[in-house]
Amino acid sequence: MKIPSHGSPKANRPGWFGPFGGRFVPETLIEPLRELEAAYAAARRDPRFKAELGHELATFVGRPTPLTFAGRLSQELGLRVWLKREDLTHTGAHKINNTVGQVLLARRMGKKRVIAETGAGQHGVAAAAAAARAGLPCVVYMGTDDMARQAPNVARMRMMGATVVAVDSGSRTLKDATSEALRAWSSDSRETFYVLGSALGPHPYPTMVRDFQTVIGVEARAQILKEEKRLPREVIACVGGGSNAIGIFTAFLKDKSVALTGVEAGGTGMAPGRHAARFAGGFPGVLHGTRTYLLQDANGQVLPTHSISAGLDYPAVGPEHAELRRIGRARYVHASDKDALAAAHELCRLEGILPALESSHAIAYLIKARKRFKKDGVVLVNLSGRGDKDLGTLCP
Amino acid sequence: MPVSLARALSDRRASGRAGFVPFLVAGDPSYAGSLRAARALIAAGADILEVGVPFSDPVADGPAIQAAGQRALAKGMTLKKAAGLVKELRRGGATIPVVLFTYLNPILRMGTKQFARLCSSSGVSAVLIVDLPIEESTATEGELARYGIESVALASPTTTDRRLAKIGRASGTAVYYVSREGVTGVRKGLAPNLAQRISHVKKMTGKPLMVGFGVAEPSQARKLAPYADGVVVGSALVLAGASGAGDVSRLAKRLVKALEI
Repeated sequence: MKIPSHGSPKANRPGWFGPFGGRFVPETLIEPLRELEAAYAAARRDPRFKAELGHELATFVGRPTPLTFAGRLSQELGLRVWLKREDLTHTGAHKINNTVGQVLLARRMGKKRVIAETGAGQHGVAAAAAAARAGLPCVVYMGTDDMARQAPNVARMRMMGATVVAVDSGSRTLKDATSEALRAWSSDSRETFYVLGSALGPHPYPTMVRDFQTVIGVEARAQILKEEKRLPREVIACVGGGSNAIGIFTAFLKDKSVALTGVEAGGTGMAPGRHAARFAGGFPGVLHGTRTYLLQDANGQVLPTHSISAGLDYPAVGPEHAELRRIGRARYVHASDKDALAAAHELCRLEGILPALESSHAIAYLIKARKRFKKDGVVLVNLSGRGDKDLGTLCP
Repeated sequence: MPVSLARALSDRRASGRAGFVPFLVAGDPSYAGSLRAARALIAAGADILEVGVPFSDPVADGPAIQAAGQRALAKGMTLKKAAGLVKELRRGGATIPVVLFTYLNPILRMGTKQFARLCSSSGVSAVLIVDLPIEESTATEGELARYGIESVALASPTTTDRRLAKIGRASGTAVYYVSREGVTGVRKGLAPNLAQRISHVKKMTGKPLMVGFGVAEPSQARKLAPYADGVVVGSALVLAGASGAGDVSRLAKRLVKALEI
C-alpha cells in the first residue's frame, strides 16, 4: 500500500492536484465514476453541449451576472470594492451554474433521476430547479439540523417537486447528507445521476464542478478590466467546499499580480468542533473520496464542525484549494460567526444588498483586513449568494 | 501463525462446507462485549474473522453497522484499540486468520508504516480498506506486504472484466466480493444471477471469493454455499449482538450449519 505524498509521481494524474484529490471510494462506485468521467470528457468536446449550456446560463440562470461597485462600502474602507453578483442568479446563489451543467449531462447520459446533497439548501434548490426544468425526478439529502435552520429552502425544493430526505445521522449537517447521497448513488448508479454541489468528492467532481463554475471568474475578469482598466489587487471568496471560490479564482490564476484569498468559517473559536477552518485546524486526510485538508482528531475520526452558515459547515475543503495553498498561489483565512453576521448587516445598510451568511464571511474578512490594502486598491469580492434564506438567523 | 485466507477457505471446503466469515465492529457494544462476541463467533466455527474498525463517516455501510460504529466510537474505540482486540484474541489462543476491515483515514492519520507494524505485532492477518481502490493503493508490495500481511481487494457487481483481472493481481490470497450494489445491511433474498456472477468473478480474478453485503439469514447462506468460498455475515450479527454474545452465538451456529454442502 502506498499513499500518495508530497512530490508523488501521481501528481500529474487526472483528478489529482499535486498530492490532493484522487478517487477514494468503495469499489461499487468506481465504474459509475469512470462512466461519468468519460461522459463529461465527451460533453466538453461537443460544441452542441457547450451551446446548450451557454443558452441555459443566459436564458434560465440569468448570466452574465453584473459586477457592482460598492460605493459606500468603498468609501468606508478607503478601497475600490467590486462585488460579483452571483446572488442575482436564478435561485439566488452560484450553485445553479453547476447544477444546470450537471443536469444537462445527466440527460445526455440517459439517466432517469438525479440526487443531490445540500447544506444551506442552495445547492438543493438549484438541483431541484434544474431537474424540474429537465423533467427529471430529484431527491435531495439534507441534515436535520440544516433543515431546521434553512427551512425556506426546504419549502422551495419541495415546491419544485424534489423529495427532501432528512438525514439524522452523525452531525446532521452537510457531511452526513453527503455520506447518505453517496450511499444512495452506490445503490442505484445505473439509473441515477449524482449532482454533487461543490468542488469536492471523488474525481471527476472537483474538476467538473470547477469547470462549470469558472464562468464566474471569466465574466468578472472581463468586467473589472472594462470598468477599472486594470486587474484587482485581490480576489476574495468564502470557502466551504470551495466551488464559488475556485470558480472566481481560476480565471485569475495566471495573473500573478492578483492575490487570491479564501475565507473559511471561523465559527465561535479555534477549539475543535467550534469552527470549520480546515487550513487552520486540519491535517491532510481522506473524506468523501478525496484527499485534502480535513478536520480530524488524533485517531483519524472526522471532527464535528460549527458555522453560523450551513454552507460553510463542512470538515473538508476542495482538493484544488489545498494545492493552491501548498504552492502559495492562494491564501486562506477565516472569519468568525460574529464578524460574518455584522458584515451582512453592514452590506445591507451601506449597499442595499442582503448577502448570504456564507458570502458574508468574505465581506467580514475584507472589513477586518482593510489595512492590508493600499489606499484605493481595487478589490473583487465574490458575492456568492443572497441572504433571504438567512433572515431567521440575521433578524431573530 | 495463522494460515492464509485462501488456505483457510480451501481447508474448510475440503471438510464439506463453505467458509464462515463473520464480521463484528470492534468496541460494540463495548470493548469487552466485542471481545466476547469475537470469541463466541470463533467457538461457533468461524473460519476467518472480520474485525471492523469504526469510522465517523462510513459511506459503504448501512444503518446497522453505522449505528454500531457510532456506539463504539462513543466508547472510545480507535484503530489502535481494534488492533489490541486482535492481539487479545491471539493471546487467548485464536488461530484463525483475522481481517481488519477499515476505512482509509484512520490509517493515514496513524501513518502507513506504523499501521503495518501495529498489524504485525497484533496478529492481524489481512487488511481490507473499503475506500481504497486498487488504483490508489498501487500494485507495489507496500508496507503491509513487508510484514507478510495480506491486502484484501474488493470486487463488485459493477466491476468490469479488465478491472477484475487487476483486482485479482492486486489482492492477497482472496478477494472480497460485494454481492450487490449499495451498502452493507440485512436484505431478503440474493442479487439476481449471483451464482453466475460469482463463478465469473472467481475466474477473472483467479482467487477464492468471500461474498458479503446483504447476507443475513441461514437460507441465503445455504444458497451461496455451493458457489462462494466464504460467506460474510455482518449486519445481522451486529444486530444480534445488541442482545448479547448469546444471540450472536446462536445465529452463528445456524449460519455454520447452513453452509454445509
